[in-house]
Amino acid sequence: MLICLLPVAGVADADLDAMERFVGLYFACETRRLPTLETPDGSHDAKRDQYDATAIMRAALPLCPPGATRLLVVTEHDIFIPMLTFIFGQAQVNGPAAVLSLARLHQGFHGLPEQRELFVERVLKEVLHELGHTFGLVHCADRQCAMSLSINVTNIDVKRGELCAACAANLAERLRVLRRETAAGDGSPTGSGS
Amino acid sequence: MNSTWKILVVDDEVAMRESLAAWLREDGYVVDVAASGREAVEMARGCQYDIYFLDLKMPPGIGGIETMIEIRKLQADAAVVIITAYATVDTAINALKEGAQEYMVKPCNPEEISLFVKRTIEVKNLQRENLYLRQRLTRHYSFQDIVSKNPAMHAIFDLIKEVASQRSTVLIQGASGTGKELVARALHEAGGRAARPFVGVSCAALAETLLESELFGHEKGSFTGANARKRGKFEAAGGGSIFLDEIGDISPKLQMDLLRVLQERKFFRLGGNEEIAMEARVIAATNRNLQEAVEKGDFREDLFYRLNVINIRLPSLCERREDIPLLVNHFIERLALEAGKPVREVSKAALKLLLDHDWPGNVRELENAVERAIVTARGEVLDVPDFDFLAQAPRGNGSRWSVPDGMSLAEIEKHAVESVLDRTDGNIKQAAEILGVDRSTLYAMIRRHNIPR
Repeated sequence: MLICLLPVAGVADADLDAMERFVGLYFACETRRLPTLETPDGSHDAKRDQYDATAIMRAALPLCPPGATRLLVVTEHDIFIPMLTFIFGQAQVNGPAAVLSLARLHQGFHGLPEQRELFVERVLKEVLHELGHTFGLVHCADRQCAMSLSINVTNIDVKRGELCAACAANLAERLRVLRRETAAGDGSPTGSGS
Repeated sequence: MNSTWKILVVDDEVAMRESLAAWLREDGYVVDVAASGREAVEMARGCQYDIYFLDLKMPPGIGGIETMIEIRKLQADAAVVIITAYATVDTAINALKEGAQEYMVKPCNPEEISLFVKRTIEVKNLQRENLYLRQRLTRHYSFQDIVSKNPAMHAIFDLIKEVASQRSTVLIQGASGTGKELVARALHEAGGRAARPFVGVSCAALAETLLESELFGHEKGSFTGANARKRGKFEAAGGGSIFLDEIGDISPKLQMDLLRVLQERKFFRLGGNEEIAMEARVIAATNRNLQEAVEKGDFREDLFYRLNVINIRLPSLCERREDIPLLVNHFIERLALEAGKPVREVSKAALKLLLDHDWPGNVRELENAVERAIVTARGEVLDVPDFDFLAQAPRGNGSRWSVPDGMSLAEIEKHAVESVLDRTDGNIKQAAEILGVDRSTLYAMIRRHNIPR
């Protein structure tokens, strides 16, 4: 199983290192960091001064190498979808890719002094959350589970950096099926995505 | 599980509909998308969505409000959110006036949309649960549950239909186990009060002072132990029905209080000064011969006439023996399912045994007998051995118990209650089952005969 990380211009190497190590350990899989993607043309919305998550995803998907199980696109840009003022990230549930914005995970974004440890903690929780979606997990009612919905950083800080027992068992089962399919030669992502 | 809830997102902009759908899918909902109002209406014809997100303006086709009106024709209870990038007071008012649950201006806060969906699903869950419970109650208490082909019972069904929507007081008379509460509930369900509360009070089960507080409620401090204000059953019944079971056993003081309530349709809580209007319909029931009690001076004549505006007299099971096979099948169908047993029918020999039995406890005794037989039955057919317990207390046409000389009916009743209470070590539930009466009737008998407990 191979999970690829695709940084969009501006993501610090140290942050990518932390994410890659975490993904490799948590999902017990091979990881690969892809070359940095320049900010896609047309993704910036001047009126909102934010970046369109759908446009970034559209530009990133063709860069997913053959044989990759999942693709996680990471950006420092503050991202949105048209209906919402902002999103922390968006995933294709049971699909091949997800995008995660680090912008609002910084204390500095909220006018507070930066706290490196807190930032990394938030990043890793959200990496697990978005990749969890790509493996078919949906939002969990347990507020401490990494799969619970976050609509602000306080929600993220309440979460533990791991899944609740039910989500963990669900993920383990889905990974088991995926590994069996990969061994049988059908390693392609399972969902069609949007 | 959210996967049981379906959402349709309708917007002419592909990025808008696809991204919102993806965001909602992360919550586990089943989300479909449509690019126009017409497509949405077509999709609603084939699938009932729980929530519709409709863009207000979708040129060149029909807009969000017209789409909502069309969808509502197909699905009256659909929850609709109108979304727009260009909010005006007029469009907001128009959308809400036409029945939209929510009007959202894009972009909106993730918290706002998440809370709306959660709240809507919670309400829909409650509606589903409410509908399910109502259907169960209707099945249980409507005429289908009073099974009979007896002409006297059919005359009662007709009377229930006729008077169900009126406010007049009803007095139901009949021996224990004849189904007085079922008739009361049928009266409630068949009329315009069905959506309001049905409140039952067993007048025999409570001491006078407790019953007074139970019926009329009390103010804080009105008596020792009244730590807070309490609403009584008359208030709790609101515009529904109040069922006063075993009315023949209430004390002279309560008879007086009740007469006043029925005459004035107003009452006070105990210790209270505030006059409260009585909106509920009163349905009273008794297994005593109230007319006789009036003649003996045990029951107020004026109250009897107030209660007896519409009189329903329920026949005993012996008077409607032809119903026994129907009732047995009806109980097997329901009770076997509840007990998880494969019992389907009763053998001819067992049915003959049941037809020959006297059933002093009436339909309730028959129901208890069928239930007991089902619990111990091994096969699909209830046979004579399954009803062996009936022979332990022979009451049928065969061996007859002879009454000791000089013993009155009241003495026989007292003796029977005492002996069964002895056998059950004072366990009221068991004793009531053995005697084939309900617990409130047993309490009334204990009080009437001054049996120490």
